[in-house]
Parts: sequence; structure tokens; C-alpha cells
Amino acid sequence: MGTTRTRVPLEDLRGIVGEGHVREVAGEDAVEGVAPQYVVEPGTIEEIGEVMKLADREGLKVAPRGGGTKTFLGNPPTGLDLVLSVARLNEIIEHVPGDQVIRVQAGARLDDVQERLAGSNQMLALDPSEEGATIGGVVATNSYGPRRLRYATVRDLIIGITVVLPDGTVARAGSKVVKNVAGYDLSKLLTGSLGTLGIIADANFRLHPIPETSGTVVVELDGPEAAGEAVQNILHSQILASALELRWEGGSGTLALLIENVEPAVEAQVEAAASLLRPHKEPEVLGAAEGSELIGSIRHLLDGDDVKLKIGFMPAGIAEVIGAVTGAAERRGVAARMTGHAGNGLTFVGLSGADEEAHAGVVEELRAALVPRGGNVVVQRAPATLKRRVDAWGPVGDKLFLTRRIKEKFDPRGVLNPGRFVGGI
Amino acid sequence: MASRALIDYMIGILGPEGVISEREELRAYECDGLMNYRVIPELVVLPETAEQVQQIVRYCHDEGIPFVARGSGTGLSGGALPVEAGVLIVMSRMCKILEVDIPNQRVVVEPGVINLWVTREVGPEGYYYAPDPASQTVSSIGGNLAENSGGVHCLKYGFTTNHVMGAEVVLPDGTMVNIGGGKAPDPLGYELLGAFVGSEGTLGIATKITLRIMRVPEKVRTLLAAFKDTEEAGGAVSGIIGNGILPAAIEMMDALAIEAVETAVHPGYPEAGAVLIVELDGPAAEVDHQFEQVKQICEENNSSEIRIAEDDEERALFWKGRKAAFAAMGRISNDYIVQDGVVPRTELGKVLRRISELSQEYGLRVANVFHAGDGNLHPLVLFDNDKEGEAEKAEDLAGDIVLTCLEHGGSLTGEHGVGRDKMKYMPKMFTTDDLNTMQLLRCAFDPHQVSNPGKIFPTPRLCGERPGRYKMHPVQKAGLAENF
Repeated sequence: MGTTRTRVPLEDLRGIVGEGHVREVAGEDAVEGVAPQYVVEPGTIEEIGEVMKLADREGLKVAPRGGGTKTFLGNPPTGLDLVLSVARLNEIIEHVPGDQVIRVQAGARLDDVQERLAGSNQMLALDPSEEGATIGGVVATNSYGPRRLRYATVRDLIIGITVVLPDGTVARAGSKVVKNVAGYDLSKLLTGSLGTLGIIADANFRLHPIPETSGTVVVELDGPEAAGEAVQNILHSQILASALELRWEGGSGTLALLIENVEPAVEAQVEAAASLLRPHKEPEVLGAAEGSELIGSIRHLLDGDDVKLKIGFMPAGIAEVIGAVTGAAERRGVAARMTGHAGNGLTFVGLSGADEEAHAGVVEELRAALVPRGGNVVVQRAPATLKRRVDAWGPVGDKLFLTRRIKEKFDPRGVLNPGRFVGGI
Repeated sequence: MASRALIDYMIGILGPEGVISEREELRAYECDGLMNYRVIPELVVLPETAEQVQQIVRYCHDEGIPFVARGSGTGLSGGALPVEAGVLIVMSRMCKILEVDIPNQRVVVEPGVINLWVTREVGPEGYYYAPDPASQTVSSIGGNLAENSGGVHCLKYGFTTNHVMGAEVVLPDGTMVNIGGGKAPDPLGYELLGAFVGSEGTLGIATKITLRIMRVPEKVRTLLAAFKDTEEAGGAVSGIIGNGILPAAIEMMDALAIEAVETAVHPGYPEAGAVLIVELDGPAAEVDHQFEQVKQICEENNSSEIRIAEDDEERALFWKGRKAAFAAMGRISNDYIVQDGVVPRTELGKVLRRISELSQEYGLRVANVFHAGDGNLHPLVLFDNDKEGEAEKAEDLAGDIVLTCLEHGGSLTGEHGVGRDKMKYMPKMFTTDDLNTMQLLRCAFDPHQVSNPGKIFPTPRLCGERPGRYKMHPVQKAGLAENF
């Protein structure tokens, strides 16, 4: 697929951000196999604005980047001239522990933010797997981890945002108080927008106290129905689970239930969870360290697989998802294993073996089975050649025209991340 | 008076019983819960199906007639105030609970369903719908969605926006779209639902709404603690939060508010300068453990009396006073304004002192009732409409309170919305660029601004689109807005 190349006015760019902050491209700067011409690293919001104005005027295509840990998401770009890195905007602007909110620049690393917050016994309740993820990237890609079961996702934790539009406009929405209904909630609109609407410069979040201690209950499951049943039993019980992680390989699986609370509550809830799961098989109870190791190993299980899919489906339909994946893979001689945030209805599928045609076939079969019933099947990580065969996102439904209209309003000349989002946006 | 063509068209869709065109009957809809703004709509229509809503909206759009959707009309910012020469679409007849899906913890409702009906429906299964605005016995889910309603328990469980999972929406041009998901997580594309919830009826009309329901907590414990003044009560609030406890609710009332509710509903509150109601819920072992901590923190902050609700009845009594607080003002004052502002929790003390100064400067009493956990203040400005100039003075005082909240890094509204009432303060909280950027969204959803025009944004921007039949926007014609 051809990509456009436009002349970059290098001197102008250097004039904005300084000589040392425009650099030549290295291999890791490519986005899904497409290399930019330069990487630009503005140091202020104003500089981002100036770079964007320049790009907008010259017709340059720009990919915003935070930590670059999730550049694999979405379709390959249809044009790319500049990678705009926000890494230099890495300050924690404000943290008043008593208010339990934080305002932080987009390039700050989530790990660093957490470390700073831990001093006040607080946390930003987001736990994506990628090390080095930045705040801006976490928001733009709607990153989460196992604990979304308890704390939900970026959209539920973000309370304010500063965004730079392609025409250089700097706009803020929301505030630094948790409760606020003044104006449209652009923080949510930007969440998961994959850098296609504006460059996120900073964001405000509500925080949570760090739980005192934790315990993990683990049970083996011998079939998809058992998995579905175990998850339902937990969801409809009085167990307040932080995470409910599923691992599925070769026809059987493991369910790990994380409980975080004050000591006496962890004890009581671990006991209650164990007795709920006992009808399946004798559960094992792990302490904080072992539990976190197990959950860590589940979340990284698929890292080495050729292709990683993400399936969203109703939480009561887990057995159905496992069945559909297993069937679609087996029919094509593809090896499939799964992990999942089972309490949320999220399943990740790792495919390996066989060829690209087979992988594409699995995706298409799963979409045919699950999309009409409200689900979605996203190709998250795959060779760019596979993403050129099957759309990374799949059908969006009747809201596609509205989605396009929003893109046209925010980025009328298609400067930001063209081609990577749903429906070719 | 509505044109014959408009009336006939609407009767054709809805039958005569779904159309109100007599001036006397129209008067019943001239305002919402904020009664100092009144506009008699041209016509009121009461659809029963989403298709009817679609037909009504499409007709209005094509004819350039502005429309406003209304739920139960309990809003406190004039969000459902009719527009002159416009149609008011009353959603109260669309009040069916369409689906209860316990395995997936979802309920699908029509927008006219009353908030509390959802909990009543799923209560027997051990579930409830968490957002609990004080109006929950009468306010509708559609209205809650439009306003992103809060409630006393949103400190822990979030607002309407955290509990609406999907919506079928009739856009302002009559197109129907499904936004958000429903039962499956992480719908594809932009987070349209998050932008739509709380947009105060300016982006379209929800005709079907999917809600998340939650397990009724294993245990609930509630205490009421009396303090010398709001400052000491505030110290207890900071202590609770600082200890990593996230209560289901922390509510505060000052002396004047206590006096009013005692006169009105006799909840038997102790005599004090301030009372706190703290409610914990969740797993029994957690609640029991943290409840002891909360008691201790209240004592450390010199609480003069701590009462613990021994049963549901006593808990209901604690809450009775709090929930009746706004209405109770009628017992100690002829008239009052309910204000809604937010400050960072750590600024509460300073802001309350400033409110007390303002009260003295204006010579008007202000009672304070608020969600202390999230810094959401509801100062009640008391006045007497019969005394000349006092209503204006009260308005000014209420306005100064909002400005004080903004000066302290807060928000001009925590849950009541901007509506018509607070448009004028929006430029104090946001820059022109901020407001214009928000209106890009408006332009994507409603390029001709027919859906609830004249709300939220003090300076409407037009969107630069001119389809064949559409007439020039009245705002533009009057020279009040420029092209965007």
C-alpha cells in the first residue's frame, strides 16, 4: 500500500522545538512497518501547538507517541511524516493527596506516577501490562489491566484533559475535581481515540487508596462450561474481586481471583471465594507475592504468539467464546490459547502456527459468529501483512458515520494518524 | 400558537392524545425544577415509541423547528426549559423496562422509566441501580442520562455516566444510532457514549438505555456524628479519606440546615454546629473493620456525639433529614435558591468561611448541605421574594458562591448541570478555545443546533453546513453567532 510523502520543512521544525529535538528516524520509530521522516520532541504545549500548525499547513501526517509501547494497535497508517513524541512533557503538575486527584503531563511514565503516589499510599487504578507506558498513551489507547474489574477503565478515572488540536488550538475540558458536569466531557471522547483527534498534553485523574493486602484464589477448570459457571458464581456472589483472570490452553483452564482489601476482609473473602469454587476442584490460596506472580504470568502468556486478538463479549458468554475460538482455530490447524479478564467479558487470543490465510480465516469466522450478537473481535498485534488482509477493528455498526463526522470536525485535513482507526479513519 | 400544519403532522403520528396545543395545558410545561425561568412551548408531544421520536425529530429538523426533550422535569438548571417557538418532546410515556439480564448484570429501559423503578425491579434478585439522585423517586433515567445525575452514593460508585453502558439515540436530524456497547465491553470507535451522557439534551434524544446493575452490598453501616462546627467535621472527613477509607457516602449539614430539617421532618438530629452522615458498604469484614476506624476518627476530631444506626429503620431516619434538606428550607424561609458548586476537598474549609462572609455581606442566610466526600456543595440561599430587591440580592450571592468555587479550583456545577441557569459562568471556567472545541462535538451531532438550543454554551457557534431545506438559524439571523 502506498503512503504519501510530503516535504518536511526541517528548518521551521527545528526553529520550533530546537535543533536537538528533531531527529532522524531509527528502526523502532516505524509504525506498523511505515517509517516516518523525522521524530519531533516538543518540550511544551505551545511547541506542540506550533508543530501541529506547521503540519496542518504543510499537509504532513503526524503520529503522536508516548512511550511507544502500543504502536502496534490499529491498522497500518496510510501516511506518516512525523512521529510527535510527548516524552519531554513528563511532569507531575499537581498532586494534593487530600484531594485524591492528580494532574500529570502526557509524557510522564505511569510507573513513575505510581511510584510518586505510593508515597501518599495512593494509586492511579490503571494497570496495563506494558512497561514504560506513558499517561498520554494510556489514555489514547484506553489501556487497562486485570484490575479493571474493580476500578473500571480510563473513561471512569479521567476527570480532565488538555488537548492540542491539529490547527494548534489548545483546549481543556473537565476539571481537577472528581465531581463536575460543566460542559461536554471531552476527556472521555479522547479516551481510546488512538491519537486521531488531537494530541493529549496532560490529563487529570481521580485516585484510589492502595489496598492494604491481597490474596489470590486459584482453581483449575476442566471445560468451557465449568469456566462459565465459575465466573458466574463469583460475579453474583458477595465477593469483591479486584481481578478475575482466566488462562485457557489445550481444553482446560485456570481461574485466578484477586482479592484486595484490609487484612480481615481479605481473609474472609478468600475463604468465601474458595468455598464457592470448591465444587469445581479444590482451589489453591496464594499470598500477595505468589498471586501477583501468577497473574503476571497469565497476562504475559500470549506475548510470544504470532497474532493477538481481543474479543469483547457478554460476560455470561465465556463458554461460547472459548468454544468459538477453539473451533475456528482447530478447523484451520492453528494453535490457539487464551487469557481473559473474565469478569468483564474480555478474552485475549494468541494464535500461532499455520499461515496468514488461516489466521485471517479465524478472525473472520469469529467476527461472523460474535459481532451480530453484540461482540467485537479486534486484531491487536499481528504482522502488518495480516492487518492489510483483515481490518484490525472489524465492523463498527450504525455509528460509523457519526464517528467520521467527529473526526472531520476535529481533524478536517486528516493530519493525525490517518488510516489507523476504525472505518479507515 | 403552533401552526396548523405542525399540529396536524404531530396528531397524524401520535393521535390527538399525544399532542398538547392548548395554551392553558401548555403552561404546565413552561419550566422544569428551576422555576425562575419560564417559557411556554409552542407544542408538547408525548411519543410512545422510538420511531415516533424519530418522526417528530426529523420533521422538526427539516422545518427548522427547535425542540427540547424532557423527562420528569425535575432538573435544577433549566435544562428542560422549553424554547420559544419550539416543540417540547415529553418522554414520560416511554416508560417500559425492556429487559432484565441478571447473568450479564444489565437492564435495558426506555428513557421515561423512573430511576427507582430499576432498583425495585432487580432488588428481589439481590441487585440495585447505584446512581441515586435525591429526585430518584420521580426523575427519569433519560433525564438522569442527559444531566449525568449524581447522588449521595456517587463518591464511591460514580455518576450516571459510569453506569450507562449503551444507548439507542435519535440524532437531531432524525437518524437513529446505537452508541456505547450494551453487554459486551469496549465498543469500537470513539467513546461517544461518554460524550453523550451529560450533554443536557443538546446532542440528541436517547430512546433506549442499557444500564449496569450492581450486587446489593453484603453489609451497610451508617453513623451520624455531631461536631462543634463545619471545620471540625471537615477535619473528620479529611481523616477518613486520608486513612484510605472510601465510604459509600459522607454528607455534611451545618447548623442552619439542621434547624430546617428538624422543623420539617424531625429526624432527631443532635444540636450541633455540623453533623456528618457517614455510610460504609461492602464486604462485611471490610465494613466492620473500617467502621471502627471511622468512629475513632470522628472522636479524634472532637465529635460531641456519635449515633450508630442499629437497623434499616434508624438508617432511614438519618437519611430522612438529609434527603428532605432542600424542601425543608421552606420551613425557615419563604424562598430559597439551591446552589451547586464543587471545590477540591482540601479547600472546603476556606470556601465555607468565604460563604459565611458573603452571607454577612449580603445580609442573607445561607444553609449548607453538601456531599463532603467529593467537595460538592449545595449552599441554600434564603430570601424573601416579597421584600423588594431581595431576590436579586440572593441571585447575586448565589453567583458569588459559584465564582468562589471556581477561584478555588473547582467547578460551577457538580450534578445539576449548566442548562440555562449557568451558561453565563461557563467563560469563567473555560476559555473561548475550550468552549469552541466542545462545540465541535455539537457540530458533529447537531450541525443545525435544533436540539435544545440556547443551553450550556453562552455563545453558540454555527457549524457551516447548509442543506437545502434548512432555514437560517434564528441565532445567526439575529446576529448573535458567527459561522464556525
